[in-house]
Amino acid sequence: MFVWTVLLIVLMAAIAYWAGRTRAAGLVTAGGPRLHSLPSYHGLFTAAGAMIGGLALAIAGALAFGGQSVATPVAAVVGAGIGAAPLYAKSSLDFRARNNFERIVLVLLICCSGVAILTTIGIVFSVLFETLVFFRSVSPIEFLFGTHWSPTGTPPSFGLIPLLAGTLLITVIAILVAGPLGLLSAIYMAEYASPHLRSVLKPILEILAGIPTVVLGFFAALTVAPLIRGSGEAMGFSVASESALAAGLVMGMMIVPLISSLSDDIINAVPQSLRDGSYAMGATKSETIKKVVLPAALPGIVSAFMLAISRAVGETMIVVMAAGLAANLTANPLAAVTTITVQIATLLVGDQEFDSPKTLSAFALGFVLFFFTLVLNYIALRIVQKYREQYD
Amino acid sequence: MNAPVHHQTLVTPEKPKALAAGQFKVTARDVDVFYGDKHAIRKLSIDIPDRAVSAFIGPSGCGKSTFLRCINRMNDTIPTCRVTGDIKVDKNDIYDPKIDVVQLRAKVGMVFQKPNPFPKSIYENVAYGPRIHGLAASKTELDEIVEKSLRKAGLWEEVKDRLQHPGTGLSGGQQQRLCIARAIAVNPEVILMDEPCSALDPIATARIEELIDELRQNYCIVIVTHSMQQAARVSQLTAFFHLGTLVEYGDTDEMFTAPQEKRTQDYITGRFG
Amino acid sequence: MTEVRNELVRKRYAAERRFRFYGAAALGLTALFLAFLLVDIVSKGLPAFRETSVEVDVTVDAAEVDPANLAGGNYDKMIKEAFRAEFPDVKGRTERKALSALLSSGGADTLRSMVIADPALIGKTVTVPVLLGDDADLFLKGLLTRVKTTAGAMPLHIAQLDGEEGFVLTGDKAGEEAERQLGLAAGDVIRFKGGALRVTGPQNGYLKAEPIFAPDPAITTLAAGQWDVLAFSVPESNRRISDAQVLWLDQLKSEGRIETSFAWRLFEAGDSREPELAGIRGALIGSLLTVLVAISLALPLGIAAAIYLEEFAPKNRWTDLIEVNINNLAAVPSIIFGLLGLAVFLNFFGMPRSAPLVGGLVLALLVLPTIIIASRAALKAVPPSITEAALGVGASKQQAVFQHVLPLALPGIMTGTILGLARAFGETAPLLMIGMVAFIADIPSGFTSAATVLPVQVFLWSDLPEMAFQSRTAAAIIVLLVVLFALNAVAIYLRKRFERRW
Repeated sequence: MFVWTVLLIVLMAAIAYWAGRTRAAGLVTAGGPRLHSLPSYHGLFTAAGAMIGGLALAIAGALAFGGQSVATPVAAVVGAGIGAAPLYAKSSLDFRARNNFERIVLVLLICCSGVAILTTIGIVFSVLFETLVFFRSVSPIEFLFGTHWSPTGTPPSFGLIPLLAGTLLITVIAILVAGPLGLLSAIYMAEYASPHLRSVLKPILEILAGIPTVVLGFFAALTVAPLIRGSGEAMGFSVASESALAAGLVMGMMIVPLISSLSDDIINAVPQSLRDGSYAMGATKSETIKKVVLPAALPGIVSAFMLAISRAVGETMIVVMAAGLAANLTANPLAAVTTITVQIATLLVGDQEFDSPKTLSAFALGFVLFFFTLVLNYIALRIVQKYREQYD
Repeated sequence: MNAPVHHQTLVTPEKPKALAAGQFKVTARDVDVFYGDKHAIRKLSIDIPDRAVSAFIGPSGCGKSTFLRCINRMNDTIPTCRVTGDIKVDKNDIYDPKIDVVQLRAKVGMVFQKPNPFPKSIYENVAYGPRIHGLAASKTELDEIVEKSLRKAGLWEEVKDRLQHPGTGLSGGQQQRLCIARAIAVNPEVILMDEPCSALDPIATARIEELIDELRQNYCIVIVTHSMQQAARVSQLTAFFHLGTLVEYGDTDEMFTAPQEKRTQDYITGRFG
Repeated sequence: MTEVRNELVRKRYAAERRFRFYGAAALGLTALFLAFLLVDIVSKGLPAFRETSVEVDVTVDAAEVDPANLAGGNYDKMIKEAFRAEFPDVKGRTERKALSALLSSGGADTLRSMVIADPALIGKTVTVPVLLGDDADLFLKGLLTRVKTTAGAMPLHIAQLDGEEGFVLTGDKAGEEAERQLGLAAGDVIRFKGGALRVTGPQNGYLKAEPIFAPDPAITTLAAGQWDVLAFSVPESNRRISDAQVLWLDQLKSEGRIETSFAWRLFEAGDSREPELAGIRGALIGSLLTVLVAISLALPLGIAAAIYLEEFAPKNRWTDLIEVNINNLAAVPSIIFGLLGLAVFLNFFGMPRSAPLVGGLVLALLVLPTIIIASRAALKAVPPSITEAALGVGASKQQAVFQHVLPLALPGIMTGTILGLARAFGETAPLLMIGMVAFIADIPSGFTSAATVLPVQVFLWSDLPEMAFQSRTAAAIIVLLVVLFALNAVAIYLRKRFERRW
């Protein structure tokens, strides 16, 4: 019925277009005054009426009689007729069909840009609502400050601290890898590489950025983790098979393109005049970069790092596949830790019961994650904006 | 209300010789233009005759382009821009909310500083206007309009064999004439030209100036120019703008030989500008 | 003084070179990582693109097939029996089971479709290419153990021990230890016509062996060249294929009956519990449906929003809010979108779980900010003189935008959209939340049927213990990467082809 309804509305709109257009074209007499709007606009205006009327009654019909009822397409046709008729009748020589049609289009455009707002509202409400339900059975104090996380244990415990610690540990490893690599790459690309070399190097970073995280997760779990375990044990360390180091390392490599492309943009935005001033005093290239370019680019680089941290904190697949499930409170990179995203994923894969604290706790974790990344992103984007204004 | 700060000398319309012939096409009274807080034009009043070329001259930032863009309401595209006062084209207030700006712009065409043909064929460039205004009932009619417009713009002989070639492939001067043809194609009554030759070489400029002189027979032309020589060559009337006010407006010959205002004289003789 | 200066300058230049080296090293490391990743995945995944089968002559038993219900016949039994019949020496229950385990249950499907295509085959004997099981397949690809076969260079004496299971092996030379003399080590297999023994090692001064296929008691001496030694790189206890199975496969191979062919099955089959039968068709179709929904929603919405924000929106707080909001949404972790999908689409609106429709909706919201940002950049790149020109001849703002600006911005918008598409295609985490992670063997038939997508399939397979699935996973990743690279290549082509400098 859905398909039929859509087809019928489209058909009715096409008829309305043709009718409106023909009628408007018929109004013109040879040598007489011209139409205000082209006939096709009269057609489009009438068609828009048919669309709106048809959709409105079809939705009403679907709600009243159920989506599968024959009444829905019938309602659509009736609605299209009701919507189109008055607009069809309006048509006259000086009727501003174009202006009216464009007003409809503008409203449509505004609605489309509102979807982004709706998405945010949807996220906030869905996460917030379930979190509040969760807090009915588990106190926020226990959740935020508890040091034990075991949602499936008896009795279950929901302490956020070990998850935060695990997330932090992996994020720190990732940033320790990605920070120097990304920043140095960016500096090399922006300041040293010839245009030709740049055109070779840039795709490497773009390819790396385009690799799905599930692939990186597979690589981390099946290649990097055994490698680290093997070499660690050869050196006499005890290494967990799902060590934080493996996940953090691969996640760091994932973030390298992000940091390098953001830093690249920022370094390029530093005005040439600043560099020239430094060169003119006899500074070498690296001195200019270290003493002039980087300090000038610092706010932008800081925000690049913040976006990178936010990305690392929110990354899911690499840690789901390569990090552990058990919530250990440790700072040892060779031990297995778990993260917020891992827990969300494990808690919600499979059957969910929206009345059990176990399922709901995932939403509480989601809320923490959303809040955390939102703050980081917001600050980072504000810094970038301020920075751009400074050099524009 | 603030008292007007400057009171420009509005030359009485009877005085210039050129004004005696035609009627006024565009009249402005007490026009003020603001960009946000910036007061770009102050209490400007002017009468522009039909079938003559009026040149707006003055130093950069004097408001001549701003005022030009008020005449076809191109300033509407700048969100912070506010226009008060009265501007009439053929006795119709163009800032009347009932006026359809689109129809106004069909009547008051515009040629821009830099040639800006659409990245489409030469034919499509000229045909676009007639098409959106529904001026041609058939393909043959449209072809006629295109040919007529290109002829009027003095471009037909050069492009008649390559109408389907992109307009952007023409030389700068040809592009500007294409833009003039495009403006003519919608049967405007007024043509506004915003420094139309500033991006062109002297030969192309001469060609455009000739064209402007020919078009004068049928249109009310207003041209903003940086070059006083150009104003002297092509216009019958000249208006001198300074710091957002109209300082002097009158017959071009008189203006360049015996300006009434000291500021005009200083500008013409190159004391500032 | 100058010397001190020179010293300083020298140091400064050294620092310069060092710094430059660090930059190059960082890029080198990144490139190395990428190369390692790709080589690792390709080397793991390539074997899965080939499959092995053995030709078996099967008699289609009329008693097992009901002509009215051809599909219902017990083809598996026929194949297994025909296969066992070729090894009449194999008697014990465990051995027979080990023999059948070489074959995949997928052979039955081949035979079934052959019979359905031609019912006249009933009662006749046909040669069926029977797919081998995952372990046999891996062994033949050399992934389970390496086998070194050497011909026995000297005579070998076999003596059965009295009263106990086992044999004693001796060579010709007296006095020298048998194992060194014969070049044998524990775990090696001795193969000869009529039997096979496994060396268990020296014991009480004897080199002992146990039977794999008990030899004819009459055999006591094997001349040089009459026996082979098979040395394995992985001991039997650590591999998923027994010595006996290796010997059978070796025999089949030497008879030339093992066929290796391109594994079309990988692209034709849905998911399966059997690694050798599992394919990615279901996941590919699921991905296609999901991405189709996502892009058909996100593209018009994104372009419309971008047009409004870039061309029409007045500069006010509402517009600022939308702008900040879009920039932030672009950086929200994808798993959060999964939570949104779960809470809103599944829980609140009651949409079906695991459906491409819901997956598409979630991905549409996920890539919407990307598309809006890219489209806005493309619209912004069109010079305002074009809009002015259109407005100058009396076009309305909307006519100027839709007839001039949008067409010129379209290549840029498409480039951004394809990159968004690539992101949606590789996205996993949010789809886990809405149940696209279940085991689904059927090829999805529509937008609301249960489905999974390629990246989720990768995730599912990577978790399975069978080694053969590891190879399948890498193969699925190769397909995923090829699709993504193709999408990116199209985007780059569009950018190069239609790039316009104003």
